Amino acid sequence: MIELVSAERCINCDLCVQVCPTNVFDAVPGDNPVIARQHDCQTCFMCEAYCPVDALYVAPFAERTVNVSEHELERDALLGSYRRAIGWSPGARAAPDQSFRLLRGG
Amino acid sequence: MTTSAARADVRTLQTDVLVIGGGPAGCWAAWRAAQSGARVVLADKGYVGTSGATAPSGTGVWYVPPEAEAREAALASREVLGGHLADRGWGERVLDQTYANLEQVAQWGYPFPVDEAGRQRRTSLQGPEYMKLMRKVVKQAGVKILDQSPALQLLLGDEGAVVGAEGVSRQGDAAWQVRAGAVVLATGGCAFLSNALGCNVLTGDGYLLAAESGAELSGMEFSNAYGLSPAFSSVTKSAFYRWATFRYEDGSVIDGAGSKHGRSIIARHLEAGTQVYALLDLANDDDRRYARSAQPNFFLSFDRVGIDPFTQQFPVTLRLEGTVRGTGGLRLVDAGCATTVRGLYAAGDAATRELICGGFTGGGSHNAAWATSSGYWAGEAAARFALGEGAGAHARSAIAAGGATQSGGRVLDARELTRAVQHEVQPYSKNLFRSGAGLTHSLTQLDGYWRTLRQSAPALDPATRQHEREAAAMLATARWMYRSALARTETRGMHKRLDHAAQDPAQQHYIHSGGLDQVWTRSHRAPWHQAAQPAEVAA
Ligand code: SF4
Ligand code: SF4
Repeated sequence: MIELVSAERCINCDLCVQVCPTNVFDAVPGDNPVIARQHDCQTCFMCEAYCPVDALYVAPFAERTVNVSEHELERDALLGSYRRAIGWSPGARAAPDQSFRLLRGG
Repeated sequence: MTTSAARADVRTLQTDVLVIGGGPAGCWAAWRAAQSGARVVLADKGYVGTSGATAPSGTGVWYVPPEAEAREAALASREVLGGHLADRGWGERVLDQTYANLEQVAQWGYPFPVDEAGRQRRTSLQGPEYMKLMRKVVKQAGVKILDQSPALQLLLGDEGAVVGAEGVSRQGDAAWQVRAGAVVLATGGCAFLSNALGCNVLTGDGYLLAAESGAELSGMEFSNAYGLSPAFSSVTKSAFYRWATFRYEDGSVIDGAGSKHGRSIIARHLEAGTQVYALLDLANDDDRRYARSAQPNFFLSFDRVGIDPFTQQFPVTLRLEGTVRGTGGLRLVDAGCATTVRGLYAAGDAATRELICGGFTGGGSHNAAWATSSGYWAGEAAARFALGEGAGAHARSAIAAGGATQSGGRVLDARELTRAVQHEVQPYSKNLFRSGAGLTHSLTQLDGYWRTLRQSAPALDPATRQHEREAAAMLATARWMYRSALARTETRGMHKRLDHAAQDPAQQHYIHSGGLDQVWTRSHRAPWHQAAQPAEVAA
């Protein structure tokens, strides 16, 4: 579930508010968005992909909330790691999709 | 059953085609309708580009070049698995249309990977990239997009044709009404809020909207797909479990457990309270190297908890994916994906996929091919209808079709209702392993919940109202599922009956269903286009 809107990084563009498919965030005029309905989060990582400054962190746990430390996430290079993996970070290029080399089916 | 257009705070739009649901099927429908000369509005309850099962995933595509042998093999491979309910004609059409549509996707600039021979490989799509592109293309075609705008009910004209829909905006708090010459439902399937990847927006909304207008469903017994995922995570991407061995906590291998044919064994263990673990130790070095680029978010979850799935075993679970990876959905009556209601079309997982997969999930690749093809056809047919017979529909009077569902005065606890429905559909013992007695017992519960729902009044707050509608849609879906499952007294495709463990040649037919207060089922001989048998087999 979504666990972090980094006050240090967020530039209040409200993109996460717009793109979240389950409407988890609320925009706050003149301030960072807030996680208003954490339990509606479907752990889809889309907000992370769209955040232009890697200010969001979605923990991989679908059913429970956890405490996260921004400092540790930063240290472990986890902020923005999904955006980098799909090639959406400035300068990052996704590794070409090699699905066709894997066995078909499933 | 009044519409809300009389209220001052309602935003009213007039268009030719309204598409509800903005995943791949909805985007293709909207794009094709616009191409066909229609004015188009595309409404999604989330955001067009991130909503639905495709956007957060990598997905295979049932993409087969038009070579006789390859096509024959592709079609034949589904026939036995699907219990001989797939239709060759539809299969061929879908392969042709998918081939053409992915050429279009390439022309739009999707970065398909290139092999050593310099050829583009078009058998998979990365969801974030694909859906971002579809949003762009749809916008460029002049489609008006309404994000965060759940539809709450359809509007019917005097002669019973669908003439639009109304809903709310979750972020603006305003209500909206769109009057249209035709409506395409591309709302996806129903996964019962099981936290399967991207699936919590898929609550069967379109089935309920359509059924309130009199539309019929087909194949709702094929609705018990469960996706493998790490126990802690939402990532129900099953493809890589072909490399898995399934184990007990101490690392010993569980006999017979497998991702394709041994899922029942996994389910039996989980049901009995024994945690099952997976280890992807059958992957070779190349598999390990290439897997990351194929499914980046499969690895995301593992990276974030510090597990290497190739060398460390991890706990797994099976999440209900319902009709998202099942094959049931709205019944189609022609090649343009019309439903049984005039002016109403269905595409993607909202429609039955029995036509290409019969009674067994085709997995992501068949659904992706079906989404692009059926979306294309539904958009084209809806545009033709709207510009012809449906023209001027917005000028006629309309009634809202959903008013009866909550027509009492009591307050509804939508979360409680959702939990109660989940309790009937999620347990493996009830839905994966079905029996006449179990289904009957669940239906008694579910029918009771429906009566309670009918005695409630819709909430005024838009967010609460939306949750109520989702709960109602899941409840209605569960009743069509189990009534259809009760009518099919055999085991076929994904539908397993403990009390009828064999496939019965006499039941090589489709099961249609519908109705709200009274749910009905009716058998219809396969293939799909033969005349319906009149006999009602259950009421
Ligand atoms: S998308 Fe990122 S920068 Fe924009 S408001 Fe959300 S957290 Fe802040
Ligand atoms: S992970 Fe998905 S559901 Fe959760 S906040 Fe982000 S976009 Fe919304």
